[in-house]
Amino acid sequence: MLKYLLEKEFKQFFRNKALPKMAVIMPFMAILIFPLVANFEIKNINLAIVDNDKSSTSRAMVQKIAAGGYFSISQVADTHNEAMIDIELNKSDIILEIPANLERDIQRDGTAKVLVSANAVSATKGGLGSAYLAGIVGDFNREINSDILTMSELTMSEQFTITPRFWYNPRLLYTYFMVPALMVMVLAMVCGFLPALNIVGEKESGTIEQINVTPVSKLNFILSKLLPYWIIGFVVLTISFLAAWVAYGLTPAGSLATIYLFAALFVLAFSGFGLVISNYATTLQQAMFMMFFFVLTFIFMSGLYTPVANMPQWAQNLSIISPLKYIIVVLRQVYLKGSTFSDLLTPFWMLSGFAILFNGWAVLSYRKKS
Amino acid sequence: MRAFRVFVQKEFYHILRDRWTTIILLALPILMIILFGFGITTEIRNTKFAVYDPAGDFTTRGIINKLESSEYFTLERYLSSPDQIEQLFREGKTGFAVVFSDEQILLVADGTDPNTASILTNYATALINSYLEESAVRQAGGGAATNVAGDPPVAAATAAARRTITPEIRLLYNPSLKSAYNIVPGIMGMILMLICAMMTSVSIAREKELGTMEVLLVSPMKPFLIILSKIVPYFTISVINYITILILSVYVLKVPIAGSLILLSGLSLLFIMVSLLLGILISSLVEKQIVALLISGMLLMMPAVFLSGLMFPIESMPEVLQWLSHILPVKWFIIAVRNVMIKGLGFSSIIKEVAILTGMAAVILAVSIKKFKFRLE
Repeated sequence: MLKYLLEKEFKQFFRNKALPKMAVIMPFMAILIFPLVANFEIKNINLAIVDNDKSSTSRAMVQKIAAGGYFSISQVADTHNEAMIDIELNKSDIILEIPANLERDIQRDGTAKVLVSANAVSATKGGLGSAYLAGIVGDFNREINSDILTMSELTMSEQFTITPRFWYNPRLLYTYFMVPALMVMVLAMVCGFLPALNIVGEKESGTIEQINVTPVSKLNFILSKLLPYWIIGFVVLTISFLAAWVAYGLTPAGSLATIYLFAALFVLAFSGFGLVISNYATTLQQAMFMMFFFVLTFIFMSGLYTPVANMPQWAQNLSIISPLKYIIVVLRQVYLKGSTFSDLLTPFWMLSGFAILFNGWAVLSYRKKS
Repeated sequence: MRAFRVFVQKEFYHILRDRWTTIILLALPILMIILFGFGITTEIRNTKFAVYDPAGDFTTRGIINKLESSEYFTLERYLSSPDQIEQLFREGKTGFAVVFSDEQILLVADGTDPNTASILTNYATALINSYLEESAVRQAGGGAATNVAGDPPVAAATAAARRTITPEIRLLYNPSLKSAYNIVPGIMGMILMLICAMMTSVSIAREKELGTMEVLLVSPMKPFLIILSKIVPYFTISVINYITILILSVYVLKVPIAGSLILLSGLSLLFIMVSLLLGILISSLVEKQIVALLISGMLLMMPAVFLSGLMFPIESMPEVLQWLSHILPVKWFIIAVRNVMIKGLGFSSIIKEVAILTGMAAVILAVSIKKFKFRLE
């Protein structure tokens, strides 16, 4: 019985004009284009300079800032207000205002102030930018003091060298961070949305009535909807692996078998979730919206963009219910760190739990009687 | 006119009697505000770190204390050998370790997440440097500092009298550096786009697919009014959602409306119009719901999330994609909302954006009038 149902599902899938193409194109698009876009990196902060001092000290400071590489000087303004216009137009991000008499004050009193005004609408850019700038001013202080630094101070700060070392991703490529997670996104799209739309599609076109009057058992029916996406999921995942390898030279540090094992569990769980939704929805529009609602929640709780550990406590607690969280952790760990199965026991049990929960629910909530 | 009212009523029934869709349409903005506003945070707090400190002397303990007492780090455990780091990282228990040896401090970070790794090492380096400097000053203080350059004796008497330029930092518009300030305008754009464009296109495509469009077209109503009656409910829902978003962002996320509320509302109405027209345009091109869903999902939603500057800074993207982002109405809307709502600027600052959105509305309207088939096939 199951064999014929499966045959029907596969035929339906392959005879559709768009679906098979989508299943192939999606992974390529996601792996090749998204990493270019999904980039939090802050490059080229535009700096406006208002130099009221025009002394050798102020010029030296500006030069040091420009040489640092973080900032490009977008404007040299005469007044603060003039510089503010560019901030409002988003042409500059930060204003550095050097007060008149900076050089005199620093020579006479030993202290002086410069004013940094950062456009903080984007908290990352404003915060990082002003912190970088403060850092450069700090370095500059050390330079202008180099003549009077005592021996003990010099030796003290040179006693230690601080060396940062980045494991697993020494060049800190954001792509390496995103690509394994994007594979999960593609899997979730293909194996979550398609089953959800599938049963609803049968409901809308009325063909589900025909299934309901056959002796097909609930379990067989759900299995026949589940297995094709399981197989398609594997194909999609393999295409993603190839795309990541060809485009970025990224291959898993751990074993492929581990990844496939976890992916199999995840697809099972997530397709099950899609089927649950489709059992409750009556129209395509409804199914789409419900999936959209839940997938969005799952994605944001998953640590795809920002680490779960940085979220507020209640959000961290809530993130336990996102199946995406576990599979993303697994793919990142195996791909980059080469973690083995024994390192990943928690995700294994959680995903198994989700698989049983959602599929059991899907079988129970499917009603042959209407 | 009465006929038009009845048509609008029919459309409202369509939506309101579909309980799930109604709930989701109205709950979506609330969910998004909470998820984006609280879930997306680039702030780093209480990161667990491990320490390998074989010497355990005064300085290394001082450094560990300094790290531990900052808000960024919490000490997870002491290691008995640097080899243990590997296991800790692989299990994902910590992502940061400090290894002391005779002459260097090694900061080992898990580079899997490059942003977090570089922020953590930057913070740690700054903290360690400031500790070393403080202790240097403490040691040198009291003892007469040698004055090489012949500065006034007052300045060189103690090390504390070194010349310093202090940067005074003012964070404009968003003094407490909350990421919500950046995100609220984005959510607004995304929700309005989703509801106006996606819902309108799907609901018209649905009538076509089910064949009920024919029934409507043979009624004495003008086709123009049929379409108008379709967009009235979505317009209403959009306005409700707009109000929900504003209330939530002001009272829950504490993002104030810095500029004029009237200007902001006018701008949003303009954007709602553009999105509704876009929805009609899509529905005039397709026959099936699923295609309308895919087109609005793939061509409107994805770019709205990824290319609009909602989450990822546009200027970090490759040139081609930056160009591509210009054709998205939502991008211009988000820029204008940021200017009015967050920066508190007046109309003169958004003339360009308003002009672009109006132009887009005119083009889309012209194309959809040309494309829409009012005749029966």
